Amino acid sequence: MPAPYDLNDDSVVVIIGTGAGGGTLANELAQKGVDVVALEAGARYLPEDYVNDEWESFSQLAWLDMRTTSGDWRVARDFSGLPAWIVKAVGGTTTHWAGASLRFQDHEFKGLTNYGAVAGANLLDWPITLADLEPFYARAEDKLGVTRTNGIPGLPGNNNYKVFEAGAKALNYTEVHTGRMAINSQERADRLACQQTGFCFQGCKWGAKWSTAYTEIPAGEATGRLEVREKSHAVRIEHDDAGKVTGVEYIDATGARQFQKARIVCVAGNSIESPRLLLMSESNRFANGLANSSDQVGRNYMRHVTGSVYATFDKPVRMWRGTTMAGIMQDEAHHDPARGFVGGYELETLALGLPFMAAFLDPGAWGREFTSALDAYENMAGMWIVGEDMPQATNRITLSDTAKDQWGLPAPNVHFDDHPNDVAMRNHAYARGIAMYEAVGATRTFPTTPYPSTHNLGTNRMSARAEDGVVNAHGQTHDIANLFISDGSQFTTGAAENPTLTIVALAIRQAEFIAGEMSKRSI
Amino acid sequence: MYLTGDVRGLSRRDLLARSVAAGAALVVGTGFVFSPRGAWAVEVTALKPQTMATLIQLARDIYPHDKVADEFYAVAVKGHDDKAAGDPVHLALIEDGIADLDTRAGAGGYLGRGWEAERVAILRDIAGTPFFQAVRGGLVVGLYNQKAIWPIFGYQGESFSQGGYIERGFDDIAWL
Repeated sequence: MPAPYDLNDDSVVVIIGTGAGGGTLANELAQKGVDVVALEAGARYLPEDYVNDEWESFSQLAWLDMRTTSGDWRVARDFSGLPAWIVKAVGGTTTHWAGASLRFQDHEFKGLTNYGAVAGANLLDWPITLADLEPFYARAEDKLGVTRTNGIPGLPGNNNYKVFEAGAKALNYTEVHTGRMAINSQERADRLACQQTGFCFQGCKWGAKWSTAYTEIPAGEATGRLEVREKSHAVRIEHDDAGKVTGVEYIDATGARQFQKARIVCVAGNSIESPRLLLMSESNRFANGLANSSDQVGRNYMRHVTGSVYATFDKPVRMWRGTTMAGIMQDEAHHDPARGFVGGYELETLALGLPFMAAFLDPGAWGREFTSALDAYENMAGMWIVGEDMPQATNRITLSDTAKDQWGLPAPNVHFDDHPNDVAMRNHAYARGIAMYEAVGATRTFPTTPYPSTHNLGTNRMSARAEDGVVNAHGQTHDIANLFISDGSQFTTGAAENPTLTIVALAIRQAEFIAGEMSKRSI
Repeated sequence: MYLTGDVRGLSRRDLLARSVAAGAALVVGTGFVFSPRGAWAVEVTALKPQTMATLIQLARDIYPHDKVADEFYAVAVKGHDDKAAGDPVHLALIEDGIADLDTRAGAGGYLGRGWEAERVAILRDIAGTPFFQAVRGGLVVGLYNQKAIWPIFGYQGESFSQGGYIERGFDDIAWL
């Protein structure tokens, strides 16, 4: 039974957000007997509610509150009010994610050491290593049911994957397979196997893909130690004279302001909302925003080097059939500066339906050059680039001076400029992706511009020293002992891998730390 | 509904108009734009019917798909008429924009230019205008989100109701 907690109960842990980080942390703490109130800005949707229609689902799930953009990234021009394609719902963006679950590589935890002081980049080593995280990666893989781990077979390859695999092998790439996916290839954990339905981005109607919405959240609620308050939008974290946080002010489902007292507050609203909340919580004592003595809150915003390559062929592919992200090529994921950039990238298949292809293939384009591509939609294959981008101090989330959200709160502005390393990596990936498709007979290729960000990282980064970042190795803010960051905004650097598995591993690890510190009464 | 899929849905006025329809171009009636064969009609309430007819051609010139019939373009731009009915600024944006196209096209107006390339040359000159961007932007969803056109592109839409593709060809590619 979900446990209702009193607003004045100052013994609870308040978690803001219920996605990969917050949802996992909420369940892990509840399983340990910790009382948790989770504030979720969105409503609760379950597989029976998901809609397999791209625009209708977008209206149902996407975070569409007012946001603004700036910088030289094309998203600021084509989708000026939509810097990120992420979800407002119980379960957060785990409803939308494609399921790719990759561990970071060892060298990626030491970006500054291994890449050197890249001009214009704000690189830093993580305060943890792969070895530190490996036990938690193992637990995360078991929790998510990741294919090709724990004896779980890989998913079968769909048509889009078969084209991709043939192209990769033609170029003598060897690390090519149907991925490590948090999508059941067989029934597991009371969830069905994948039925190759497509629409992974719109919420899995079979529940075959792991999402906190129907795994961690109900498991936590079943302990009687977790209350999820839906449609509850956090607006401010308060603190006392000693500099400890005391609770969270939020706007509830009726639009009324509430204040939930807390022993500990964990912020997991993603890399745009989490720093925004810290900045909005400025006070006389913390005039620059909470936990911001380093001035790093909101900075170092990363979104991965992305982009897509689509190609048309003389015969049908029908890429939309089956899992959206159906396979991966990892031969370019290593660090090899001889390619003209530091860090590496993955190539992963991707498919969009016709409506989203029209919106994202070349935003703003028109005329026959564009429409002839869509005419060949049935013969199209697609892949997505996921590479490590450089943290830059000037890529940041700030509070808008003018734009307000529906509550009258300052909207977040997302500023992003590509680093030259990002551009070099993207161009390399475009060339390799095009070569893969041309090797299997592509008649036309499309190096497609990045979409609004789905991987939002780094804006409350981990650092060994308080002056370099916002949180320590456990996601605990350097400045305030009972304030934690529990999402991808902790990432010191972005690595080449899809971030969810690492967010989950960090949340499991953080839950152990918080529970331990609580039992020691040190926080 | 502002569109009818077949003649049974047409009003008497539609049928009368149908009787005069001939030739390839759209037929502009009083308050309606009709297809030449009377298969469909779009009611126009705020915009001039001639404006709607030009708007339909403009939509096709922006996103030309030769296998997609005019009625789908009509559906895609009908929202401008709906919006113009309650929004004088939008009404002026569309009417003035179409009038500008006709002026730029010279004698015979925009619809009088027989070759797509001639019309597109005019559009390139106005591609940065709020008018053009309003029409183009609206089409991205208004045209491509019509389920009825998806089969023309081979796109199958949702498959959950049929159990997904696991038994229906998710891996049936045979030409590799």
